[in-house]
Amino acid sequence: MTESVLIKLALLILFLPLIGFIVTLLFGKRIKWLYWFENSILILAFLLSAVLAYFKLTHFTDQTLISEFEWINLGSIPFVKSIIIDLGIMLDNITVLMILTVNIVSLLVHIFSVGYMKGDKRYNRYFSYLGIFTFSMLGIVLTHNLLMMYVFWELVGLSSYLLIGFWYEKKTASDAAKKAFIVNRIGDIGMFLGILTLFLTYNTFSFDKIFYQISTGNLPFGTEFGLTVAGVLLFCGAIGKSAQFPLHVWLPDAMEGPTPVSALIHAATMVAAGVYFMIRVFPILSGDALLVIATIGALSAFIPATIAVTQNDIKKVLAYSTISQLGYMIMAIGVGAYTFAFFHLVTHAFFKAGLFLGSGSVIHSMHHEQDMTKMGGLRKKMPLTYITFLVASLALSGIPFTSGFLSKDGILAGTFAFGSLTGYWYFAAVGFIVAFLTAFYMFRAIIMTFHGKPKNKEKFEHAKESSFVMAMPLVVLSALSLFFWYSLNPFNPNEGKLLSSWIKTPEISVPQSARYEFMKTDDKIINKENLEEVTYSNSYTEAIHHAHYPTLFTSASLALLGILFAFIFYQWKVFDPNKFAEKLKPIYLLSFNKWYFDEIYYASFVAGTIGLSKIISMFDNKFIDGIVNGSALFTKNFSAFTGKFDNVVVDGLVNMMAYISGMFGLFFRRFQTGKVQTYILFVVFSLIILLYIFR
Amino acid sequence: MINITLYHYLIVSSVLFCLGIFGVITRKNAIMVLMGIELILNAANINFVAFARYGNFGNSGQLAALFVIILAAAEAAIAMAIVLNIYKTFTNINIDEIDTLKD
Amino acid sequence: MQNFPILSLLTFLPIVGMIFILSLTKRQEKTIKWITLIVTGVQLLIAIVILFFYNFSMAGINDPSSFQFVEKFRWIEITGLAWVGTIKIDYFLGIDGLSVVLVLLTTIVTFIATFASWNISKSIKGYFALFLLLDTAMLGVFVSLDFFLFYVFWELMLLPMYFLIGVWGGPRREYAAIKFFLYTLLGSVFILLVMIGLYFSATETLANGSKVFSFNILTLMDTANYTTTGILSPFNPNNLRFIAYIALFIGFAIKIPMFPFHTWLPDAHVEAPTAISVILAGVLLKMGTYGILRISYPIFPDITIQLLWYIGLFGMINIIYGALAAMAQKDFKKLIAYSSVSHMGYVLLGMASLTTASLSGAVLQMFNHGTITAMLFIIVGIIYDRAHTRDMDAFGGIANQMPIYTGFVAVAFFAAIGLPGLSGFISEALVFVGAFSSELIRTITIISTLGILLGAGYMLWAFQRIYFGELNSKWKELKDLELREYFMVVPLTLIIILLGVYPSLILQFMTTSVNALVKFMGDAQIIISSIN
Repeated sequence: MTESVLIKLALLILFLPLIGFIVTLLFGKRIKWLYWFENSILILAFLLSAVLAYFKLTHFTDQTLISEFEWINLGSIPFVKSIIIDLGIMLDNITVLMILTVNIVSLLVHIFSVGYMKGDKRYNRYFSYLGIFTFSMLGIVLTHNLLMMYVFWELVGLSSYLLIGFWYEKKTASDAAKKAFIVNRIGDIGMFLGILTLFLTYNTFSFDKIFYQISTGNLPFGTEFGLTVAGVLLFCGAIGKSAQFPLHVWLPDAMEGPTPVSALIHAATMVAAGVYFMIRVFPILSGDALLVIATIGALSAFIPATIAVTQNDIKKVLAYSTISQLGYMIMAIGVGAYTFAFFHLVTHAFFKAGLFLGSGSVIHSMHHEQDMTKMGGLRKKMPLTYITFLVASLALSGIPFTSGFLSKDGILAGTFAFGSLTGYWYFAAVGFIVAFLTAFYMFRAIIMTFHGKPKNKEKFEHAKESSFVMAMPLVVLSALSLFFWYSLNPFNPNEGKLLSSWIKTPEISVPQSARYEFMKTDDKIINKENLEEVTYSNSYTEAIHHAHYPTLFTSASLALLGILFAFIFYQWKVFDPNKFAEKLKPIYLLSFNKWYFDEIYYASFVAGTIGLSKIISMFDNKFIDGIVNGSALFTKNFSAFTGKFDNVVVDGLVNMMAYISGMFGLFFRRFQTGKVQTYILFVVFSLIILLYIFR
Repeated sequence: MINITLYHYLIVSSVLFCLGIFGVITRKNAIMVLMGIELILNAANINFVAFARYGNFGNSGQLAALFVIILAAAEAAIAMAIVLNIYKTFTNINIDEIDTLKD
Repeated sequence: MQNFPILSLLTFLPIVGMIFILSLTKRQEKTIKWITLIVTGVQLLIAIVILFFYNFSMAGINDPSSFQFVEKFRWIEITGLAWVGTIKIDYFLGIDGLSVVLVLLTTIVTFIATFASWNISKSIKGYFALFLLLDTAMLGVFVSLDFFLFYVFWELMLLPMYFLIGVWGGPRREYAAIKFFLYTLLGSVFILLVMIGLYFSATETLANGSKVFSFNILTLMDTANYTTTGILSPFNPNNLRFIAYIALFIGFAIKIPMFPFHTWLPDAHVEAPTAISVILAGVLLKMGTYGILRISYPIFPDITIQLLWYIGLFGMINIIYGALAAMAQKDFKKLIAYSSVSHMGYVLLGMASLTTASLSGAVLQMFNHGTITAMLFIIVGIIYDRAHTRDMDAFGGIANQMPIYTGFVAVAFFAAIGLPGLSGFISEALVFVGAFSSELIRTITIISTLGILLGAGYMLWAFQRIYFGELNSKWKELKDLELREYFMVVPLTLIIILLGVYPSLILQFMTTSVNALVKFMGDAQIIISSIN
């Protein structure tokens, strides 16, 4: 295994799903079994990515492999910089781990879909779309280049459009697809401008070249503010793709797509892309940009968590929990907890995929019923789904011995340390509140779905445990939600290989003066035995150490408290939640109506744009065309006038001349007798007169 | 004995010419008008021959006169034919009545 | 190869075909169509031969010696005129990186438009004769290097277009045809005036040392050729040069069409038959931007640089205004027509910053817009042929009825939206990269990026209204694509995807010329500013 072989392997993994997409799309209509082709391609891709990850992590642990080729060369003018755009891929530890995650989740979603989508009239088409979705996400993961990132970024948008709108006969589905694409585009504009800013300054799209230039002190527009602006603009892309506040509105609507697609979107592809992008560009994010990112992350963690508490649609609850968890990751990046952001991305991918597929299993057996108030008691009918769903929920809630506990605890420790170092405690506060809310709404969902008495007898009777193809992914994913894959010590993630030797905080390229205080490396002691733990500075390492145990206990106890509250309200019914809601009506309504984001956006931006377009169209028809037609009309009338003028005045003169000559004619007519003799007489007399004159 | 000179000839031809003109202008009958024209032509003939005799023109005067005579004959023939046709159309040859040239 | 008159052959081949067609009787419809198809097909082959022999390293722009496939001889020579002395007009053809791309585009679009014309039923002989005449005029514009010759072809294009819209068009065809004709004629008048003004401003030195006025575009580019007293000479300290530039620009802007001269476009498109819409959007609009790049820019570099901000501003207005206007349309074809306005805005924006990236982007956008919009109009034509309506609200659920067709529609729509991997993205991205790097129009560029969003908005909305949803039972009978239609959409789809993945295929032809143009503009600006 040499480096070039690894690169080729990565390229093969990248293009396999594309081949699957093309073949399945073109021939899927004729050849019914072609979805197995797509599935086997994914199995192959998974195996190859496991091989790739193994060799990369063991043999090239600390190396970054880059391969580029020239894509566009616009030539050069003498003395002016030449423009060459390269495309290329990069392999580092994060890349291979992410490829593996994406391929595992994608493969399991593929397998689950074989059962879930059975009987759909566009069965093969569905699998081909899954193929291009996987391809686009792998492109984002592998890229080494901002432009290529943008390319695959948009392709992910396309794939999500196709899949969310898969059942396009439903108006809501096609609306949701359109909304997802357009809302994403809003963020993409910001990202595109950020990319343009960086290209303008560095004349390259490649990450490493940009990082190097920044570390030498060459900043966009020459100022630290320029760097902050570039960072925030890039983050706009992540706001869109990762459904962060205020562009999170597309994600709950995206539940209109088939449930396995939701699993794919929410776990490993699409929304993960935003966080992954931020992880990629982390070295160039200045302190101010990070603060913006952390704030957005905190808002996105908090607001959807409050919404999820009151939702009754099982998929909506999961959707809002996704936004909330992504908010955690973004916030983690914002407070500098880089490794835990990625760690949470991976663990979240598995347990959220497990939750979505689990809800898919429930929905499938309930004949596409998604309303939790109509479920209940399914524990007995679907024990396997129940257990896997429970494990994944525990992971999401951050209960010890799960993967979610490890990663969420790390993030909370990061915010805690950040608070202690900078005094911005509210990130930690938000983190803990959301941890409590998460545990509460997840167990609310579990209790409403699986516990208690069935609300809809008829559907309950028909419900049954899902088939093997649907159950197997659930088991795998819930297994992956347990701690031992990541660290053998269930209370300290740093003991696992993943965090101790594979994922490391990268060198920050941002100039010292633009960083957070604690990221400045002035006091960083180069100490051999301490090296692995020191990320930014000694003070930060110390703060993280001190934060570990308080956060561990607080988060675990808050999560358990949340679960307890859920049981009090919904299982044992000590308090009636409806009465409680009645008392807190304004807050309840705010939460139930999702803080009215959709309504506000619709009333302002959507209605505004449509109204403006109507006005412009009117302006076009009435004003501009009015001028055009008016000038035509004017010309026409003017010509009518000149026509009149011609008839009356000009022709009048002509006719007058004719009349005058006519009068003369009438006079001379008298001499015209018609008698030859008279004429001769005239001739003779005139001759005589002439002779007399000229004699 | 009076010596006859060019002057005498010219007087005769002038008289003939005036008679011819008079005939052409005053006569109502088309035939008479034609005869007037003949008189005018003959007045011209006399002039030709007289100038040939008294001038230094060789025989060209006589030649012209011969031409005129031939022409007069032809003209008379055509004119008579026209008069005949006029008579056929209008049943008279009174020139005063035939003023369709006016229209 | 360089000595063979291949450009004349390319340009006048349709005239030969036209004469053939005119000599046939009306009833030989099949023969007429096949002659047209063969002529346009051979033209496409010739264009490919030209590409094959094209030398990438030769720049063109202002250097007569680096134009390729040049043909030059005296065309009109009148001596001994009062005041003017001698009029000498050259028949001067040649191509460089700017024109070779558009020649290729013209031949491709015309070839495909021939297929789109196949179901014309009214007076076939006249239609195809005019069609071929139009073909000659379009190619003539792109290959001529003499202003007079350029103008002749420019005007020649009007006549067949007028009749093609006015006779074979929709219900309001007379209005549309007259509007189109008058609008463009107005522009032509401006161009004519400036052309004559330029003629009396610059001289060309003949072999015998005498100097004569010249229509040669390349001669007009060189400040050294201008007389000190010529009315449009840079040495002449009057403002006429400025006014002339604006007049010339308006002349070309009408063809683009640039806001506020764009209203002929929706009417002309809506009324024109499909094939003519395809040609109108695919080729004719490019004549405007090509004229600006070929004539306005290099002949008036000093004024151009003064007005770059305004050009960018109008580009921005075109992008946003066109997109918003498109959003409000109910007629499918009108929506596509307004999207053309929006997309041509990117070309203007790209031209407004004199950088390699944005000018390459602008020229590439001309090509890509040509193929994408051609495909969009074909798509409208296909559905209109079947349903006899273009009202978007009357459709719905066509995706289920015509799945293959919808697949092609998706490709075209997403290409128009600027989805990466399809050709539209590359040109738009290059335009933005270049325009953003120009400090002068950076704000304009930032606002223009809204076009990306609005584009997605109106396109996806239209897509949803027509293709998604439950099938309207009225359209149960609609059939999916037939063979002739595959001939139209498949090549265009392949071009769109190919250029999206590997744009260098087209970019390599133009880079040398674009760089030369950027350099020329910079140098000329310095020379002229040193004069004043």
